[in-house]
Formats: sequence, structure tokens, C-alpha cells
Amino acid sequence: MTATETTLAREGLSRRGFLQRSASGFAAAIAITSTGALLNVSEAWALDVKGLKPETMKTLILVARDIYPHDKVADRFYAIAMKGYDDKAAGNPAMKAEIEGFVAALDGAAGEGGYIGSPWEADRVALLKNQSADPMFETIRSGLVVSLYNQKEIWPIFGYEGESFSKGGYIERGFDDISWL
Amino acid sequence: MAAKFDQNDDSVVVIVGSGAGGGTLGNELAQKGIKVVVLEAGKRLDFSDFINDEWPSFTQLAWTDMRTTSGSWRVHKNFPNLPAWIVKSVGGTTTHWAGASLRFQEHEFKEASTYGHIPGASLLDWPITLADLEPYYAKAEDKMRVTRTGDRAGLPGSNNFKVFEAGAKKLGYKEVHTGRMAINSTPGDGRVACHQTGFCFQGCKWGAKWSTLYTEIPKGEATGNMEVRPDSHVALVEHDASGKVTGVTYFDADGKLQRQKARIVAVAGNSLESPRLLLNSASSKFPDGLANSSGQVGRNYMRHTTGSVYAVFEQPVHMYRGTTMAGIMRDEARNDPSRGFVGGYELETLSLGLPFMAAFLNPGAWGREFTTALDGYSNMAGMWIVGEDMPQETNRITLSDQKDKWGLPVVDVHFDDHPNDVAMRNHAFGQGKAMYEAVGATRTFPTPPYPSTHNLGTNRMSANARDGVVNGYGQTHDIKNLFISDGSQFTTGGAENPTLTIVTLAIRQADYIADQMKSNTI
Repeated sequence: MTATETTLAREGLSRRGFLQRSASGFAAAIAITSTGALLNVSEAWALDVKGLKPETMKTLILVARDIYPHDKVADRFYAIAMKGYDDKAAGNPAMKAEIEGFVAALDGAAGEGGYIGSPWEADRVALLKNQSADPMFETIRSGLVVSLYNQKEIWPIFGYEGESFSKGGYIERGFDDISWL
Repeated sequence: MAAKFDQNDDSVVVIVGSGAGGGTLGNELAQKGIKVVVLEAGKRLDFSDFINDEWPSFTQLAWTDMRTTSGSWRVHKNFPNLPAWIVKSVGGTTTHWAGASLRFQEHEFKEASTYGHIPGASLLDWPITLADLEPYYAKAEDKMRVTRTGDRAGLPGSNNFKVFEAGAKKLGYKEVHTGRMAINSTPGDGRVACHQTGFCFQGCKWGAKWSTLYTEIPKGEATGNMEVRPDSHVALVEHDASGKVTGVTYFDADGKLQRQKARIVAVAGNSLESPRLLLNSASSKFPDGLANSSGQVGRNYMRHTTGSVYAVFEQPVHMYRGTTMAGIMRDEARNDPSRGFVGGYELETLSLGLPFMAAFLNPGAWGREFTTALDGYSNMAGMWIVGEDMPQETNRITLSDQKDKWGLPVVDVHFDDHPNDVAMRNHAFGQGKAMYEAVGATRTFPTPPYPSTHNLGTNRMSANARDGVVNGYGQTHDIKNLFISDGSQFTTGGAENPTLTIVTLAIRQADYIADQMKSNTI
């Protein structure tokens, strides 16, 4: 396995080779297979969905991006951040009903095409705001603070270097290298 | 070499807690030949065990046992079960602290006299003065190897400090430097110098920052007079019919209730757990809890007026590189009521890693206003406000109706800002923003207070027994052989990070206890 494949496997995603997607946008970027997995062709990952409806998991990934939108962060990190809800739903019918109910309410409010079919972020954010009194919204939001931002793989995107003790700290690696002041 | 004392040995001094107060007191007494048993609720780590990763480190070190909150402070809303970010481990919060070591100012020991009547505030003069503490401050600074004291050099300035310093100077501030830090600027005391690693809050993996874990505690143990028992959660302080304390009961690592007899008990569990222990120890003789004839146990809880200012610049800063808090501006620490509030505040450099920045920059926030701020992380600089807060009788620790895993009531922490606190915080937010804008910040953020790291005042010192819990030596007014040895002794909070003063009081208290034992007064 390559390093990327190892990371994906550790996070519960698998790497699969697929043809390049022809459509654009989130709705088309993640396809749902006949076996109920989510496929992201351009990022080359797949996620088996067991506890939730695959459509629900797909919607949750977009909900995660709309709550904490970072344009340089790929879908797979949002998928990793949210896949725990599928695991929880698989063993907990009450949890499953709560999540499905939250997404169904978003879809209902969105009208035809549902939440994912709503093409503009501003419109989806308005839907989320209307739904933000639902305790499930706060569960998802507060959970994301850890499950998204605590992924070491995204830290370089923000310019955060993480652990430094093993490299001798920054005493000889730029703790005082600022040059623009 | 560490001692092992019998649980029925009633000649020992039992100290509850091994942090700045308890760890220091234990070593000081052991050096004088006094037998000490230190009971610590947390486990014992070595500094090599510390983790350069914020969430795993938090799991390793933080006190995460149940606590509850109430009041109008925002921590109650965002972190209802985490009122304080303090440590459960041998060494206590000296593993996590940033190292800033400032002496109190003279007027901060006599605030009732200096500030006059402030409605809603329960201000009181300390029963001791700066002059009383000066020789002990010097001993503490030597022990902790505080930079810019004695002949010790300051730490070098990091990127975050350079931005801070340039902004402060543009505003005309004068007292701006890399701080008085209990972090080795040169090797000493068998420990290496600072490597500018960041992660000061996660425990210094070099041991360059002073912590009782690898200074006071092993030194005390080396005398053969001190035993540290980790995983020992003290349940009750016990007393006899005369009202003298006789020892403590505690739950060991296996959850088994143990008893340690004692000649003297010194409580140093911080301003949340210390009053909890006194209140939980209520008996038929002391129905309101031990040492609580004044009704002041748990009251006057202070947490400093804090907050942070973060700013994003056009070009990189990398604020997380280097010593977290080695940067200070002290010009606003004076008492100058013309600013619209009494007391003063320090501004100190601060940074958080990306995971904690996401959690604390604006808790509960979401959407692009929030995420674009994090997108600027590498170009961000940060500072922390540390100011005095007004003691208020209604800001207090009480016993919650919730219980911990041993069935002991946990604490509820109630806090409301005083109008003086709000005015000070707003002033500091404005000055911090102006400092950063003076050097080109394109966006600044006022960040609300984190869960409290400076927890003070809940067993306060007073000259008169009706006004507080302990006298000028931390000895309880009601029970001669019961002492308080942590920041809960503070009568008022001052504008300074409290650890140096906690250590100073512990050194002075050790002299007093030794004298009292020698003269058989206790």
C-alpha cells in the first residue's frame, strides 16, 4: 500500500481506482454504489455505509463542510470526520433515528432535490441555521471540532507543524525567523 | 530513598496535592527533617511521558472528573462540565502551567484600602504585605530559576513575541520583554535550557520549565523524609472530639478506602478541590464543613479577568514555534481608575495549536466567519489578558448534587463577571487589538476566557476570623493543625499569574509550621 492508502485504510476508507468524474459539484463527486458504499472518484476513496442510509451519510459529509467550510480541505477529511455517526447508528437504533430524522428535516426544508440538491452554500447554511435548535446539530458541530481539526493530515494545510520535540524544538528551526516586521 | 510511612504514624504532616503549593511545601518540610506524606489524586508520570499533541495530552493530564457550573459566565454555556483547565497528576498544574512568574505589586495586598468601596465586591486587605513576602519571593525565584531575576538572563524572543513587542512599542508601551519565566534560559539545577519547542501547556518534555514533578518532589524524596502516594484521592479530613484534625481518608488506586493519620494536615488541592474537601468533611461538630465558622469556605472564587486577542497578518508568524508565554507588556498592570476600572492587567504572548484553536477561538461558532479565521492560522499572532477580577461572595464553590465515582459530591462552580471585570476586559481587548493593528493586522479577534487556569480565593486569608478561612500563614482560624497551602488562600487575585506567589507562600508556611512544631504549639 502507498502512504495514502495506509492512511485511508486506517481511517476506514478504501482506495479504489475509478474513471475520472465527468460531472462537477458535490452531488456528482460522491456516487452511491448498488452495494450502498460512497465513492469519491476524483479523490479515489470509498466508504462502506452500514448503519445509516448511504444518502444520509453523503448528506452528513456536505453538512460537515457547510458547518466548517475550508476550501483547501478535501471531502475525504469531512468523510473521516463524520463516519463515526454511521458506526454509532449501526449499533444504536435510537441514534440512527435521531440522525435520519435530522437529515430528513433538512431535506424536507430544502424542497425538491433535498439538502444535497440545493446548489448554493448560502442556501444550505440558511437551512442549517433553521435546524440549529435541533440537539443533533450541536452534537454534529461540537463533534466536528475534534473529529475534523484533530486529523494530523489536515494540519499542514493550515500551516501547523504539530509535534516538535523529536526535531529538537524550534530553537534552530525558525522560532525567531520573522523577517517582515 | 523515598520514605515509606506507616498509615498509623500520627507524627507525619499529610499534604493533599503535589502541585505548586503541596509539592513545594512537602520538599521544604522534608529538607527541615519533618516527615511528610503527600497524597496525590493523579498518577505519576515522567517528563519523557508528556505528549506534544493537544488532545491526547489533555486526556493524559487534565482533571476531567465531573464538575458542574452555574452563573452567567460563558464557560458555563460552552464547557458546562469543564470550569477549570487544571491537572490531575503528580506535579499538579505545574506540569501544565506556562511559567510566567511575577511578584504581586505592593498595593495588591491592600486593595480594600487602596480601591475603597466597590459595590458588589468583597475586597479585603491581606493580613500580610509585600515586605513580608519579599525574602520568600527571592527564594522562590531562585528555586524556580526565574529569568530576569537574580543574574538569570531572559529567554530569546520568538516570532510571536516580536510581533507583540513591535506593536506594544508602536503604542508607546515601555515595559515589554520576554517575561520572568520559570523556564531555564541556561542549563541549571540539573535541567537543560529551553529548546523553543512550544507545547509548554502539554508538559515540558525537556524538563526546562520548573515543575514540582521533577524538582521539589524528587528533592524532597531524596531526604528520606517524604513519601508521595499517587492515585490517592482524599475523601475526608477527620478530627477528634477536641476539634483537632487527626488525619485523612482516601481512595487508593483500587478504589479501596485507606486512612492516614497525621499531626498536621495541609490541603493543597487548588481552589476547587480544597474547599470541596473542607465542605465534604462536615461533621456533627462542624456541620458547615471544616474551618468554616466564617461561612467563607468556597466563597470569593476568583479566576482572573482573562481573554485573548488573536490577529491575522499578511505574512507568516508561526506563533506556535517557541516558548508559549515568553512575552509580556506590564504598563497596564498599575492601578489607574481613570481607565474606568480599578486594578490592572498584564498582556502576555499566547498560542494554541490548530486543534485547540478550533476549540477555543470562538466556542460554538461555525460558518465562514469562523473558518476563514482558522485559514489564517500560520499568519496569526496571539496574546492573553491576565487581569485582576473582583472577589464576590456569590462567586463560589458549592457541593453539587452530582457525585463522583466514589460517591463524593463534586463541586459546582458559580461565576458572574463583576462590572469592573467587564470594563477591564474590554479595555484590554481594545489595547491588544490596537497593538496588532499598529503592525499591520488585517483582522483581529476577541477570544472569550478559556476554562479557568488561575483558580483563587476560596479559602481566603484574613486578619479577622470572621472575614476569611486562614491567617497570614495559611493556618485555618478554626483548627490550629489544619492548613491551606494553595491559591485558595489568596485574599485578592492581583494582576499577576499566581504560581510564583503560591510557591512563595508555601516556603514561608513551611518555616512557620516547623517553628510551631518545634515549640509544640501544634
